[in-house]
Amino acid sequence: MTRPSVPKPAGVAQPQVVTLRIDGRDVSARSDETILSVARQNRIDIPTLCYLDGLSGWGACRLCLVDIKGTPKLLPACVTLVREGMEVTTDSPRLQKYRRMVLELLFSERNHVCSVCVSNGKCELQAMAQRLGMTHVSLPYRYPRLEFDSSNDLFRMDHNRCILCTRCVRVCDEIEGAHTWDCRGRGIETRIISDLNEPWGESSTCTRCGKCVNVCPTGALSQKGTAVAEMTKRVTFLPYLTLMRNSDEP
Amino acid sequence: MNRNAKDKPAATKARVATIWLDGCSGCHMSFLDMDERLLALAEQIELVYSPLVDQKEFPPQVDVAIVEGAVATDEDIEKMRLVRSRTKVLIALGDCAVTGNVPSMRNSIPVEDVFDRAYRDNAQLQPQRPATNLPVLLERVRPVHEVVKVDVHIPGCPPPADAIFYIISELLAGRTPDVAAVTRFGK
Repeated sequence: MTRPSVPKPAGVAQPQVVTLRIDGRDVSARSDETILSVARQNRIDIPTLCYLDGLSGWGACRLCLVDIKGTPKLLPACVTLVREGMEVTTDSPRLQKYRRMVLELLFSERNHVCSVCVSNGKCELQAMAQRLGMTHVSLPYRYPRLEFDSSNDLFRMDHNRCILCTRCVRVCDEIEGAHTWDCRGRGIETRIISDLNEPWGESSTCTRCGKCVNVCPTGALSQKGTAVAEMTKRVTFLPYLTLMRNSDEP
Repeated sequence: MNRNAKDKPAATKARVATIWLDGCSGCHMSFLDMDERLLALAEQIELVYSPLVDQKEFPPQVDVAIVEGAVATDEDIEKMRLVRSRTKVLIALGDCAVTGNVPSMRNSIPVEDVFDRAYRDNAQLQPQRPATNLPVLLERVRPVHEVVKVDVHIPGCPPPADAIFYIISELLAGRTPDVAAVTRFGK
């Protein structure tokens, strides 16, 4: 599942400095930077769920879709590189409509019952719904019957709350180097699996480091012994580890 | 609150109803948690139908109807259709009405299995399923807006009293409340 975080422009040895416009503001950036990164450097916040600073970009959640002048399709800012002369719009009624639709799809796809979730009040999906003014889901809920893996003695995996952001897959592969997690199936049938779809507790690769639990934006991965609203995620280790690793590079 | 109707002519007051479907009554409790602000609200509204007042039939010409709970039975569907046909502004109050919430957690389980669990598996004496004079459970519990049009959704489990007061006050003043600013799912 591993793929390079951002495709590097072919044949360009040194990143060039480009200028572009984001929401009408002139900004400059390196040509190997993403629209999301440049926008945030300029204090323009584009909503994201699957993106996490320190992990590779994935483009899974589609919340960071932006409008680029001259391009008919909306493009995910987290995996789209800046270009010279680009004109990017990060917020518009059209984008808000699509972002709310993305959220409604996420909520209707599985069983997100906030009131009885370990992450209630600390969930990024829940907070995003509030931030984007989504007060109900107009699509019909699917109510799938999903499994719950409590075989690990420290943590548990609740597929009911999973939004398939793949943060757990990426942190386990890119930071911990264990690659215990991956995805099986396609589309709506996709599931996060440990090893070769074996119980997490029987995994021979899991180091029980808990990084996956802490980067999970919802209550899908949590620590055992936590009840409703008791699961607090800590992702501060991630920028620290990334910084330390980058400083080791020659 | 009906007593206050004597103080002012009823015509100037908004006719408000509250309905309790498949929910725990926590949203009604949160409504009561408005405490002394209920007195101020009573100046503006007449409570014409509610589990809190002794009124059996849902009356005609209701200005605002506030629904707590999800739609879980055939009776709930009929009730909501009647409420909708007699109401100007319909409010879904709380996560059960807005999303299905906890009642909808049975939706991935067949109804027969739910009945077995409730009335047979755990019964020590005379395990039997009640069959007469009861509404029929739907195969799936549904949020209110899947059955009738809902005008305002107030998520929360339960929505805080402050949020309810703000939203109702804004609606009575003829303004559109910013719901997401005061409450969220699971609040």
